Amino acid sequence: MIQTMTGKDAWLAEFEQFEAQSGKSPEWLRPVRKAAIASFTEFGFPTLRHEEWRFTNIAPIVNTAFERPNAEGARIDRNDLNRYRFSESDSNLFVVVNGRFDAALSGKGKRSDGVTVCSLADAMESHRSVVEANLARHASVRDNAFAALNTAFVEDGVFVHIPKNTVSTEPIHLLFVTTPAAGAIVTHPRLLVVAEENCQATIVETYAGLSETKYLTNSVAEFVLGENAIVDHYKVERESDAAYHMATRQLQLSRSSNMSSHTVSLGGGLVRNDVNAYFGGEGGNCMMNGLYVQRGSQHVDNHLRVDHAKPHCNSWEFYKGILDDESRAVFTGRIIVREGAQKTDAKQSNANLLLSNNALVDTKPQLEILADDVKCTHGATVGQLNDEAIFYLRTRGVSKDAARSLLIYAFAGESIGQVRVAPLRDRLQELLATRLAHGESLTFGRPYEYSDDFNEIVRNADRRRHTS
Amino acid sequence: MLEIKNLHARIDDHEILKGINLTIGAGEVHSIMGPNGSGKSTLASVLAGNEAFEVTEGEVLYNGQDLLAMAPEERAWAGIFLAFQYPVEIPGVSTTYFLKAAINAMRKSKGQPEIDANEFLNMAREKMKLVDLDDRLMTRAINEGFSGGEKKRNEVFQMAMLEPALAILDETDSGLDIDALKIVAKGVNSLRGKDRSFLVVTHYQRLLNYIVPDYVHVLVGGRIVRSGGKELAHELEANGYAGIAGAVEQPVG
Ligand SMILES: Nc1ncnc2c1ncn2[C@@H]1O[C@H](COP(=O)(O)OP(=O)(O)OP(=O)(O)O)[C@@H](O)[C@H]1O
Ligand SMILES: [Mg+2]
Repeated sequence: MIQTMTGKDAWLAEFEQFEAQSGKSPEWLRPVRKAAIASFTEFGFPTLRHEEWRFTNIAPIVNTAFERPNAEGARIDRNDLNRYRFSESDSNLFVVVNGRFDAALSGKGKRSDGVTVCSLADAMESHRSVVEANLARHASVRDNAFAALNTAFVEDGVFVHIPKNTVSTEPIHLLFVTTPAAGAIVTHPRLLVVAEENCQATIVETYAGLSETKYLTNSVAEFVLGENAIVDHYKVERESDAAYHMATRQLQLSRSSNMSSHTVSLGGGLVRNDVNAYFGGEGGNCMMNGLYVQRGSQHVDNHLRVDHAKPHCNSWEFYKGILDDESRAVFTGRIIVREGAQKTDAKQSNANLLLSNNALVDTKPQLEILADDVKCTHGATVGQLNDEAIFYLRTRGVSKDAARSLLIYAFAGESIGQVRVAPLRDRLQELLATRLAHGESLTFGRPYEYSDDFNEIVRNADRRRHTS
Repeated sequence: MLEIKNLHARIDDHEILKGINLTIGAGEVHSIMGPNGSGKSTLASVLAGNEAFEVTEGEVLYNGQDLLAMAPEERAWAGIFLAFQYPVEIPGVSTTYFLKAAINAMRKSKGQPEIDANEFLNMAREKMKLVDLDDRLMTRAINEGFSGGEKKRNEVFQMAMLEPALAILDETDSGLDIDALKIVAKGVNSLRGKDRSFLVVTHYQRLLNYIVPDYVHVLVGGRIVRSGGKELAHELEANGYAGIAGAVEQPVG
């Protein structure tokens, strides 16, 4: 049965109904959901008065009557998914339709390299101990309405398990789509990635709407890295421009583990990305890289929180944004260096390129440093295309539109250039062109080289990989 | 090939060019000398199409065409090249990519196919040698972190790649030591020919020992106050601009 709802009380009523229906979910999950809904009951939805939500007004979400998708699932044509692929190979694509894992559209769950990729609902039975030990144990629901609702309504999604000492070379591509519907659908897809000791894997998440309708994707992912594990993660958000996308990525690092997490925001009318990194052991490295390209009245809010709880860890945050029309971006980078977390090295940068006088950016670092022997740097810039550079290019015969695009590509290229999955990198560049005015005027190759800074990071990371 | 008639230009409310008259024939090398702030770069920029300057009076004909009506890229397609006094750094765009884009844009304007990758590389190597540029600079972002001399040589290198019909060099010699100066001059001289004209803006007579001009013009306060042969440069060297500007009442074209 489908019931529409708006506001906090409606979500609570919906939860009661949901709980009564979901009889077949495991017993251990009930207290997890209960705790989540209790937190939501206590804190409710944030308003602009909430410190963490000062620049992002979620009233449009609160005031929309969302419905849960039909439990039968939607039939979709495999060909509709082609535009979201970045590689030809089918075997690595796993598809979640309206929050439910679709085995028919997905590759083989148990792969030859020992990695498991399967429905989270199934994994609650088949991999119960790992799932129970990790699901909702890392991403906090406290004073976080969307993570709380996702957890309260958790049913399905994807479970990825990379066993100890396993090196998985092929990227695992997880595609989360929302199908067209008469009303506004809400889905709560959940992703749990457990990467055990000494393993290595690359995971790509793509979020997309199959039509330009209004819906809410409320997504939470937890990445749990064992000692010395290496995970490269990319999240590519290509939702409908009318859609809402609320996402929390929780990155749990252990001793000497390496994580890179790239957040690319292209679509969506109102988008919030929370990326939280927690260093639970010494010697961890975490790179958080972001690119947002906004136009029209799009709004994107990137909220990073890095918790240096242990000494000798490095974090890098490189977020770049391109804003046209009346679009708006918010960037908050919180770095916490706990007492005793000596030799922390935390770098943060946020650079924004405004293509219109009506675009707006709010960017701010938040540093809480409680140790004394640390390196912490941060910087934010907001600028426009350089007229002198455009003139310079034009005197060499490059047309005005192409010159503008070239400079925009170059700006984005420093971020896209950090994507290590070559076909994904190329795909992102194409996508960038589709999101920009005059993007088509640049059809040749890629203008960027890897930035020196990044090369250094990659070299260091590779060295670690090779010596580990 | 180029006729500048009574050209006035300003930026904001500041009139900088106050009636420039100058005619450059095919294959000729003209030099413009003048003190700081006299408007040399402004003239060069206006000829290349910099929209920051507003032309308030006068006209410029390029091969009989109204140059001022053309966009900067159209001027480039028509064979005009400006070597910047202060070449712009463009982070994130590699020199190779940029040059290929430029050459292909030029070719496209002439209805020619894109340049073949090998042809491009061979040509680039050859021209880099001409100005003694390290080919590692090709993979770096345009002018980013280049030394002053490298930037100037990069301008000449680009000129050699794009083979313009009218090259405007804005103080390409400034800040260069004598060896670098010789290299730049060698690059320019190798491109001299009966169809290619040069407008060489310089502060120092020194450059003109290596790039010998057919005509020298003295620009002071937004006007050409004197024109003559290469011997004028020597006179300037001896007497300075003040002497010359004071001695001449009427600008000469
Ligand atoms: N963007 C600008 N805004 C305001 N004034 C300008 C601008 N560009 C140039 N000017 C002024 O116009 C005048 C001419 O400048 P221009 O750069 O053409 O001189 P120049 O002869 O090339 O000098 P130099 O020998 O120093 O290169 C100077 O007084 C300069 O301050
Ligand atoms: Mg000048």
